[in-house]
Amino acid sequence: MTAVTFSPSSADPHRLGHAHPQGYSDSAAGPAPKRVITGFGFWIFLLTDIVMFSAFFAAYAVLVGETDGGPTGAEIFELPRIALETALLLASSFTCGMAAIAADAGNKRWFYISMAVTAVLGLGFLGLELQEFSELIEHGAGPTRSAFLSAFFTLVGCHGLHVSVGILWLLTMMAQVFAKGFRANIMRRLLCFGLFWHTLDIVWVAVFTIVYLMGTVK
Amino acid sequence: MSTAHATDPNQGHELPPGDDSAYSHNVAEGIKTYLAGLGLAVLLTATSFFIAKTHLVWGPSIPVALIVLAVAQMGVHLVFFVHITTGPENTNNVMALAFGILIVLLLFIGSVWIMDHLNHNLMPMDMMMKMQR
Repeated sequence: MTAVTFSPSSADPHRLGHAHPQGYSDSAAGPAPKRVITGFGFWIFLLTDIVMFSAFFAAYAVLVGETDGGPTGAEIFELPRIALETALLLASSFTCGMAAIAADAGNKRWFYISMAVTAVLGLGFLGLELQEFSELIEHGAGPTRSAFLSAFFTLVGCHGLHVSVGILWLLTMMAQVFAKGFRANIMRRLLCFGLFWHTLDIVWVAVFTIVYLMGTVK
Repeated sequence: MSTAHATDPNQGHELPPGDDSAYSHNVAEGIKTYLAGLGLAVLLTATSFFIAKTHLVWGPSIPVALIVLAVAQMGVHLVFFVHITTGPENTNNVMALAFGILIVLLLFIGSVWIMDHLNHNLMPMDMMMKMQR
């Protein structure tokens, strides 16, 4: 043991290798807890999801001027609705955090209340987005009108699809907590769900800035 | 010593992203963290929407200001909602995030840059039509 243990203060002063102050590294202490591994793995998935979104953002940025004589972003975007959508999603991110705290505290009642509010806010966001899409298609500004609108519907629709999946996952988690309680595996799933929901809000910040706000400025 | 490490999962020296214990150890502290994040995010969002509509700011600076505000708000979300910290228990999460940001920037800026040059070098469609006649 002494042959492989060297002083961490001299070999790795900033503990970049996560060397433990007592002189053994984390790997010597055995594998990381399953919660850490699950959370990290899901974090990697979310980052790849963000990379996929960045491809849609790049396509949108390239095609934003290709309106083919059709409407431009400044003509079709309604900022008050976007502001309301943003407020709903931001509030849902907060209530999702409250649900995580309630779950950590083992408080089922506040967990159900927070998750239910999160679901309602998420559904409100989706409702507004579907209203916007149906109005655009009604006025002949559907995804087939121009390359700009194809890119717009793909990017914003992909985010909306993620929110829909998130709401289904949210309801599943409420049912799982109802049936099984705050078991270790359920808590891991709740951690992943929280990460997913907060990441959707981060992607939405990029959407409302690059698509809607910068689209109406020009 | 490794058994003591393994039996108490809360004493691990790594944290998954999104773990509330990165900042807070009780309910009140946890709620305060989320409230602080919500307040900052609302402030940044409101500023973004205000700047996009106002005529008080010099026009060409508006897109730059919007990008800066968006990056700041993403940072607020990462710190207060996703609980990414600079601590040693978060090194893996931060490294993964840094790599993700690198790929996103390469993909986005690279695409815009290349396609802009292609557009610039391409003959406009009406000129092409005239040449074919």
